[in-house]
Amino acid sequence: MDGIKDKAAIVGVALSEFSADAGKTELRMSCEVIKAALDDAGLVVTDVDGLVKQSEDASDEHAVTSSMGMGNLTYFGEVKWGAAPCAMVLRSAVAVAAGSAKCVVVYRAVNGSSKLRMIPSMKTSGQMSTSDLLEWTFHCPYGLMTETGRVAMLVRRYMHETGAGAEQFGWVTTVCRENGAGNPEGLYHEKPITLEDYLASRIVVDPLRDLDCYKESDCAAAFVITTPEMAKDLKQKPAVIRGCAQSMVGETERMNSYYRPDIARLPEVGRVAERMFRTAGVRPQDIDVAQLDDAYAPLVPLQLEELGFCGRGEGAAYCEGGDRIRLGGEIPLNTSGGSLGEGHIHGMNHVVEAVRQIRGTSTGQVKGAELALVITGAGGPAAGLILGR
Amino acid sequence: MSVEYNKEHRIPVPTLHPDNQGFWEAVQRKELVLQRCKGCGTWSHPPRPMCPNCRSLEREWSPASGKGTVFSWVTYREAPHPGFKAPYVVVLVELEEGARLVSNLVDVGPEEIAIGMPVEVVFDQVNDETFLPKFRKAG
Amino acid sequence: MAMQYIEGIPLLRPYVDHDNKGFWDAIREHRLVFQKCKDCGLIVHRPRPMCPQCLSTERDWAPSEGKGRIYTYVDFVYQNASYPGIQVPYVVVVVEMIEGVRMISNMIEESAEDIYIGMPVEVVFDDIAEDLTLPKFRRVKE
Repeated sequence: MDGIKDKAAIVGVALSEFSADAGKTELRMSCEVIKAALDDAGLVVTDVDGLVKQSEDASDEHAVTSSMGMGNLTYFGEVKWGAAPCAMVLRSAVAVAAGSAKCVVVYRAVNGSSKLRMIPSMKTSGQMSTSDLLEWTFHCPYGLMTETGRVAMLVRRYMHETGAGAEQFGWVTTVCRENGAGNPEGLYHEKPITLEDYLASRIVVDPLRDLDCYKESDCAAAFVITTPEMAKDLKQKPAVIRGCAQSMVGETERMNSYYRPDIARLPEVGRVAERMFRTAGVRPQDIDVAQLDDAYAPLVPLQLEELGFCGRGEGAAYCEGGDRIRLGGEIPLNTSGGSLGEGHIHGMNHVVEAVRQIRGTSTGQVKGAELALVITGAGGPAAGLILGR
Repeated sequence: MSVEYNKEHRIPVPTLHPDNQGFWEAVQRKELVLQRCKGCGTWSHPPRPMCPNCRSLEREWSPASGKGTVFSWVTYREAPHPGFKAPYVVVLVELEEGARLVSNLVDVGPEEIAIGMPVEVVFDQVNDETFLPKFRKAG
Repeated sequence: MAMQYIEGIPLLRPYVDHDNKGFWDAIREHRLVFQKCKDCGLIVHRPRPMCPQCLSTERDWAPSEGKGRIYTYVDFVYQNASYPGIQVPYVVVVVEMIEGVRMISNMIEESAEDIYIGMPVEVVFDDIAEDLTLPKFRRVKE
């Protein structure tokens, strides 16, 4: 019954000294102990393709990957509270048994005695999480304080490298709003826009316009996932998971790393795409409908490039005019409106819409859709899904 | 233009941390340093406790030339924090050494900013205790 | 002896939200209520948005008789291991109410030596500050 039995083994362990004051940051302790565990196993950092942490650990996975040069994670996640040590092993065992990763590292580092936790919202030891630390130290003092600003930095570079501009990006929002206009449950029902409306919208953080950016909303979503055997007896036509992948690459932050050689690309999306297409045994041209991360319109062309719908640097031109990406086009996108045309709940509605496309119940139904693709997390560690009938 | 501040509201100042302290101590001395691996010489910015190239824990702070080029920039039209006066520019500079730094420009008109523009570091005292490295057009 | 709050150290206020507001509004009016399911009648504490028995989101507030027995308790005696804003010693009790739910609280007067597990207690209301009233308990003569 339990499919993980004998499918995974712990091959390396390390435990540092105990002290009242280690005199080092938790991030440093994490790097040291992970290296020691890999040494114990006779493996090296480049063998690692999975990483699991305890939720309250101040050292985020991406600080560890950036510090240790872990170039290609296909599995990562976190677990809460006291159960964590064994629960992290469970997560890792499931990943290894399913083939989502071959070599998963679990870590925990706490300055529990030298730092005293007074504010519950700070991580266990009272140290600020490494993501927040980067922002507060190296970005916020200069006024780079919002997600919109962080994305704008990447978009400017993309525009410089490819010649892309607003007249092309605007088609993403225009098509999303077109689709959203036909969705009675979305925020923009019967409220399409034109490219002219987009170009007239005010610049928020140059080069991003108001209509490039999602708006926060109150919303909730949930999914239920079972085995195909159980699915057979249930009410709905199952949306079968043909491929599902995650990716985190070496030098990264929670969103928009500026410190990689090339910042105007989404390599995580590329890795997710490659893995999903391989697992599902399909190519981009086999996909009937795609829900891409449209929190920021200019990131959609980059996703199209990484997914292989067009070549590098061609994504914005691909969207121009809207015909290739609207219903009836080569690859209809965000058919219920997406973040820009339906509402923003951080990509959850994109998965719901993909399921509806497979069921045939979408407000923007692609006739006979058999393969639906989703990308979530453009601009940082990303994930994707291919659903089929 | 340079970033202007509303003095009644304190802007966020860098949070010091054992892994990044050397950078900010140097800034207070009006020096720009970058973290470097004692083993393989790889530069790391932001500072990390371990070298991502060779995984050595032997780190050092090495003086940087202070010269670089503009790699990208954004202009905030609305200030997200009361300490800043909009509009203002945030720039991403690629230093000669290869590392990148988020910063602000000093005495550069908006029409002058261009990707690839050569810049050099200056140190701006933003409040009683804090200097920040910023960049002006290279001479 | 009554709990002593230390001047200058703020006492955390309850975080009031849609789910628990009815409880705290009643406390301010010196009434103890517990959340009750409009559909199946299950009484719960702490307040939550959905009935764990029948999953209904129709929530109601039912008045409590205010009586129960001490289920367990802790005596805070060492200031460094206690909340800095309350002078040690002070007692925190878990009271099992006759409605079948348990709640955490303090004794209004009694010290650790005066109480025991199983002791019958009844609710009183402590107006600690302009914006803070808390339910507390005192011994009931058996």
